[in-house]
Amino acid sequence: MNKKNKIKIIVNGKQIMVNAKFSIKNVIDKLKMPISKVAIELNREIVNKKNINKIFLKTGDKVEIVHFIGGG
Amino acid sequence: MKKDNFIIANKKFSSRLIVGTGKYKNMLECAQAIKTSGADIVTVAVRRVNISDKSKPRLMDFIDPKKITYLPNTAGCFTSKEALRTLRLAREIGGWKLVKLEVLGEKKNLFPDMIETLKSTEILTKEGFKVMVYCNDDPLMARRLENAGASAIMPLAAPIGSGLGIQNKVNLKIIRKQTKLPLIVDAGIGQASEAAEAMELGCDGVLVNTAIAKAKYPYQMAEAMKLAVKAGRKSFISGRIKPILFGSASTSNKGII
Repeated sequence: MNKKNKIKIIVNGKQIMVNAKFSIKNVIDKLKMPISKVAIELNREIVNKKNINKIFLKTGDKVEIVHFIGGG
Repeated sequence: MKKDNFIIANKKFSSRLIVGTGKYKNMLECAQAIKTSGADIVTVAVRRVNISDKSKPRLMDFIDPKKITYLPNTAGCFTSKEALRTLRLAREIGGWKLVKLEVLGEKKNLFPDMIETLKSTEILTKEGFKVMVYCNDDPLMARRLENAGASAIMPLAAPIGSGLGIQNKVNLKIIRKQTKLPLIVDAGIGQASEAAEAMELGCDGVLVNTAIAKAKYPYQMAEAMKLAVKAGRKSFISGRIKPILFGSASTSNKGII
């Protein structure tokens, strides 16, 4: 594995290594999540789900992916 | 007699019982309890997707948001900032504008922080949200929330999850008198009679979670709550008799032997 082509990103508080030129869509695909059931933040800014294949990540980026769970 | 519709933010709902989806043993139990309760609005929370266990069941796979109205909440938020972030994300999932705001003040009693709550209501309303607001049973604060554009006032009956029942009937009655907004008792209901009581005080609806989810038999309690809310509402709109201190015979004395 060539480390030069890898970047460290943080998804839901967990650090993961991904290829450089990794898009938010790639993150979603990797996690096998239906896009219609989540919302995404990149570095605290809400991401428009229509653009996720155009947004590429860089080292240190923080991605939050949330969904609905049971609650009162 | 005119039709007794339950309308929140211009949307008509069939059940006056709103149920929470937390604290159930599993999703299946939750979905079944909701079905039995007849509720057509359920509260849901926004949390991180579990990225290490992709097989975890998802709420949306058990409760269809096309059939049941999801009411995203801000459970666990202690500041306006956190609450706003949560609801903006909730809206992003799929266009949810009708939301339940709750900004908690402290962990022990889970009482709402009304300063932060009011601030959040103002901001969310300006952003186009329809905000149903969990609040104290304080008539003055309820009025301020109304002026800030709240879509529903949701005073507590008692602390969240306490099951203590309605602690301040007078305040609920006063709030009822002063507002035409939907008034929904949120938090503190422990058993069906208390849900009926809230309705008899003139509330438009009741929100129940723990009392159903943690009952020994959740499905039966869900049904009991459904019936209680219906009975309480019917009783309220039927116009109760005036209470008097002395007896008044039900049978006429005419023809007595």
